[in-house]
Amino acid sequence: MAVAQQNALLGPPSQSSRTLLRVVILLFIAGAAIASRLFSVIRFESIIHEFDPWFNFRATKYLVANGFYKFWDWFDDRTWHPLGRVTGGTLYPGLMVTSGVIYHILQALTIPIDIRNICVLLAPAFSGLTAFAAYLLTNEMTTSPSAGLLAAAFMGIAPGYISRSVAGSYDNEAIAIFLLVFTFYLWIKALKLGSMLWGALCALFYGYMVASWGGYAFITCILPLHAFVLICMGRYSRRLYVSYTTWYALGTLASMQIPFVGFLPVKTSEHMPALGIFGFLQLVGFIDYVRSAISGRQFQAFLITVLVATFGIGLAGLVALTSLGYIAPWGGRFYSLWDTGYAKVHIPIIASVSEHQPTAWPAFFFDLNILVWLLPAGIWLLYKELRDEHVFVITYALCGSYFAGVMVRLMLTLTPIVCVAAAIAASKLLDTYLVKSPSQTSTSEAGEKKAPKSADKTASPLGVSSMVSKLTIVGAMIVYLLMFVSHCTWVTSNAYSSPSVVLASRMPDGSQHIIDDYREAYQWLRQNTKEDAKIMSWWDYGYQIGGMADRPTLVDNNTWNNTHIATVGKAMSSREEVSYPIMRQHEVDYVLIVFGGLLGYSGDDINKFLWMVRIAEGIWPEEVKERDFFTARGEYRVDDGATDTMKNSLMYKMSYHNYQSMFPPGKAADRVRGVQLPSEGPVLNTIEEAYTTENWIIRIYKVKDLDNVGRDHFSAAAFDRGQKKKATKKRGPRVLRVD
Amino acid sequence: MAGKKNARSEPAAAPATTATSTPSAKAPLTPTKNPIPIPTPAQPKAVAAQGGWAQVFQNLYDYYLSETPQRTKLLDVFLLFLVLVGALQFLYCILAGNYPFNAFLSGFCGTVGQFVLTISLRIQTTEANKADFPKVSPERAFADYVVCSLILHFFCVNFIN
Repeated sequence: MAVAQQNALLGPPSQSSRTLLRVVILLFIAGAAIASRLFSVIRFESIIHEFDPWFNFRATKYLVANGFYKFWDWFDDRTWHPLGRVTGGTLYPGLMVTSGVIYHILQALTIPIDIRNICVLLAPAFSGLTAFAAYLLTNEMTTSPSAGLLAAAFMGIAPGYISRSVAGSYDNEAIAIFLLVFTFYLWIKALKLGSMLWGALCALFYGYMVASWGGYAFITCILPLHAFVLICMGRYSRRLYVSYTTWYALGTLASMQIPFVGFLPVKTSEHMPALGIFGFLQLVGFIDYVRSAISGRQFQAFLITVLVATFGIGLAGLVALTSLGYIAPWGGRFYSLWDTGYAKVHIPIIASVSEHQPTAWPAFFFDLNILVWLLPAGIWLLYKELRDEHVFVITYALCGSYFAGVMVRLMLTLTPIVCVAAAIAASKLLDTYLVKSPSQTSTSEAGEKKAPKSADKTASPLGVSSMVSKLTIVGAMIVYLLMFVSHCTWVTSNAYSSPSVVLASRMPDGSQHIIDDYREAYQWLRQNTKEDAKIMSWWDYGYQIGGMADRPTLVDNNTWNNTHIATVGKAMSSREEVSYPIMRQHEVDYVLIVFGGLLGYSGDDINKFLWMVRIAEGIWPEEVKERDFFTARGEYRVDDGATDTMKNSLMYKMSYHNYQSMFPPGKAADRVRGVQLPSEGPVLNTIEEAYTTENWIIRIYKVKDLDNVGRDHFSAAAFDRGQKKKATKKRGPRVLRVD
Repeated sequence: MAGKKNARSEPAAAPATTATSTPSAKAPLTPTKNPIPIPTPAQPKAVAAQGGWAQVFQNLYDYYLSETPQRTKLLDVFLLFLVLVGALQFLYCILAGNYPFNAFLSGFCGTVGQFVLTISLRIQTTEANKADFPKVSPERAFADYVVCSLILHFFCVNFIN
């Protein structure tokens, strides 16, 4: 940055040196964006994070090992036992294919790099590209040369985007946000020029986006909405016709190439707005043509009848098709976008995911900081000009804000447009107050202003020569920007860089202590169990078990079969007598649970337990009842006051089995729930403890085989316990006899 | 009304209804012989009996004949051909079922896509629209058209199974 600044200071820059400056600044921004995402690698190690990335990683390894066609036809029999999963046809392959291509290119260049490192560093690399895309998009909005650079800088470090793109979070969003912003840029470009080629490029990147992330529906809805708003504002132009129809015709075909999407674009309601606007544009185009041919009253009558008739037929057709079942009604996730309580009532599995919860207010400030209050200013500035592309920003910002308020994870889609609008506002402010003197030509000012602003450094020597107000405003703005930078750095390093596979804690002396129970447990599974030992766990851990332990699982994070998940939920929440047959039927060898009671790790299975109960209750309302897990006073307790249903549930027993032995008698405590546990621990009959990790975070139980003399497990276990007692009694007399 | 019936019986009817209005929308030769504009304007004609419809179509027809260059008319013939092909496919889909749905979709989408691309080309090469497209020369428009068509057909062939 300092270099760039010096360049700017050397003299009045020419056109070419300004271009050079811009490139250098963009490179620095990309560097900063990548660097700030490497906290997780520095703090921990080069490791894949969280849950979904483990599946992506596993799929990528499969792709690299077996080639593209095998990957495309991949049937995975090691997940969703005994159903299996047609993985090749039910994933978005964009991410894996991208890293596979990068891997092969690097191999061809004889750079031997591990596929894991490519996966870990893919998201930061693409964040640099995202910053560049934001630069391009902003430059389409405004003539101010600094706005684009500011937008790139914002985009590079905004926590709302970093949250999903730190090194190691190898998820679809890692590349999808870049594609989202770039698709929008191409759309604006196509709309401005009215060019088929740009429309086709937009469609191609849209196709790439569809291949990468389910969030492509956002583009599918925003572009038609933009077109519709433009038409309603009387801004229909032939450019709009050309760009939209080209995009839609090519983009829809492109999206249908992905097996997972397939016929959805013509069958589901989410895609109908795009189709409707496509048809509507044909109509408007025709009317536009007719208007040039005939005029006056004739045209008016013509217009009204055509419009009314078409709308009537179109609407009736859509309703009829939907009610006859040809077009699928809106999916559950979309309903939950309108009614935040919907998912909780109807689809517990969606509601149980924390990132589907409504956003809390502080989250906006946490993720966007000053951009939050720059956004309205930017929108207002755009509203004053209100060209076609500004309408796009405004539409996008409004929809994006709403959706970000409804669902936490959609903050991600809001962030790009907030960066763009905020950059426009900030650059306008700085442009206004940084002008050296009104008489100077605007071009040379522009060159001088760029560098300091985007660098967020002290810009005062340049613009403050005369007025106090300039100094105040620019100074304040720079302080805000610096605060933003430090906030972003702080948030990134503290909140978003944890792999959550490896946990960190502080020792009393301030040094860092790594808690590595997850990998310890998965490594144990990998080394001590049969190759095809089926592991039952709650679906959260399915991908990790598949990725790290390489063992078949019953359910995983691809929650495509609610019944199967409910089966696991039922097994976990029922009595042993009920659970054991279920586990036998599903050939379960081991049960894996997460227990944070000893360490105070709050994301454990007892805290998730109610969701298991709810999901199971959704399928078997007679056998599993959420109410039974609450005390008469409506409390969810695990101590002495817990209900019998709770105490007898398999999950409770597995969590607290033998736990009392860690403590002096009567002192057993659960540090997550902060309660004293009963002195008598639960007794397990049908399963036995196989392994417990160092901090008790993961506990693995082995499902007992059938008793070899045909007893049921309860009498067998009782006999075993009784045997010992009898043995001691027998020993008594024997001792006497010897004496 | 025909459009409505189609809509009830087939899943792809939504694109079809728009597509059937599409031809009337942009192929300006439709007023004379194309059967498709009839569904939309025919209804109000019967109901409101506004009388001026014949005049409207006459005006349109005259305008078309007098204002359209020969080359554009060639394009329009191609457009008409696409409309017929699309209608034929759709008819087949209704009558014989949509069993290879991939094939039907790629065929139909290919037709519709080619149609809108040709319309775009037609718009961009029309003299009167020059002001709208300052940066698109007719040659550039044709190059774009070829590239887009290639992409479109690549997708269609890939999707056809």
